[in-house]
Amino acid sequence: MISLNKETIKISSEKDVVLFRQRLREYATKIGMSVLNQTKLITAASELVRNILVYAGSGETTIEVVSERLQTGIKVIFKDNGPGIADVNKAMQDGYSSGRSLGLGLPGAKRLVNFFEIKSTVGHGTTVTIIRWKK
Amino acid sequence: MDRIPILKMGPFLLVTIQVDMYDRLALNLENDLIIMVQKNGSKGVLIDISAVSIVDSFMGRIIGNIATMSRIMDAETIVVGMQPAVAITLVELGLPLSGVHTALNVEKGMALLQKKLADDLTEDSESEAEMDDNDQSE
Ligand SMILES: Nc1ncnc2c1ncn2[C@@H]1O[C@H](COP(=O)(O)OP(=O)(O)OP(=O)(O)O)[C@@H](O)[C@H]1O
Ligand SMILES: [Mg+2]
Repeated sequence: MISLNKETIKISSEKDVVLFRQRLREYATKIGMSVLNQTKLITAASELVRNILVYAGSGETTIEVVSERLQTGIKVIFKDNGPGIADVNKAMQDGYSSGRSLGLGLPGAKRLVNFFEIKSTVGHGTTVTIIRWKK
Repeated sequence: MDRIPILKMGPFLLVTIQVDMYDRLALNLENDLIIMVQKNGSKGVLIDISAVSIVDSFMGRIIGNIATMSRIMDAETIVVGMQPAVAITLVELGLPLSGVHTALNVEKGMALLQKKLADDLTEDSESEAEMDDNDQSE
């Protein structure tokens, strides 16, 4: 996979979230991603960035334009040094929430993108990587 | 503070969301709307989201809460102008906003609310008629 362009945005407040979503839309528009795929990408990203704020307090996102074979797309990495997730499989289930929420964020985000990977270590933090191809 | 204006139009309230939503703004809107419905005894709430390009689970939940709370206070909520990409994405996300009425635009939404209000009035005068829930989603 070739990386064409890359930017890191720190996330510690809702103001950062608004900026992050704007930047993500700019990148997606620039590569000519369809409106539907943009909407799916940004909605998934919105869920993951909220998880950073809610569970880790702060973290950072990296937006990257990537290319592989004949495809171009956007890769986003969400990284925090928060508490981590003890049981990732459980956290990925629809309806599982450690709080009193709907437990939609992780499984829903996964459904909205082409690639989804989550790595988490208790006490060290969580990193989620997603890719949405322009198609 | 961050607030979205709420317009009072006779027995109804109209909210037009023109900005990128974030959680604080959505929460304030929920609070403000519920207070306004109660204060004015409003019969309907129209939420125009035609300019909104992202509705994630938080915003979706807020819309659901507004509808539920309003119903408890005897007001109908209609979400107007949802972009097709937003509707598709919400379903895939797993939050299809099932309990919420929708309409294509503000005019149609307003007409739907007026019809509901008229139906309610005739029903009230027809001594104890059953509440019929004529769902007109889409
Ligand atoms: N970045 C993170 N750091 C630590 N724990 C996390 C993180 N992201 C998710 N989790 C854990 O995984 C669970 C599931 O996350 P998910 O986003 O699916 O649901 P939720 O946040 O509980 O609810 P919703 O997103 O529907 O509001 C969370 O309840 C939380 O315990
Ligand atoms: Mg979440």
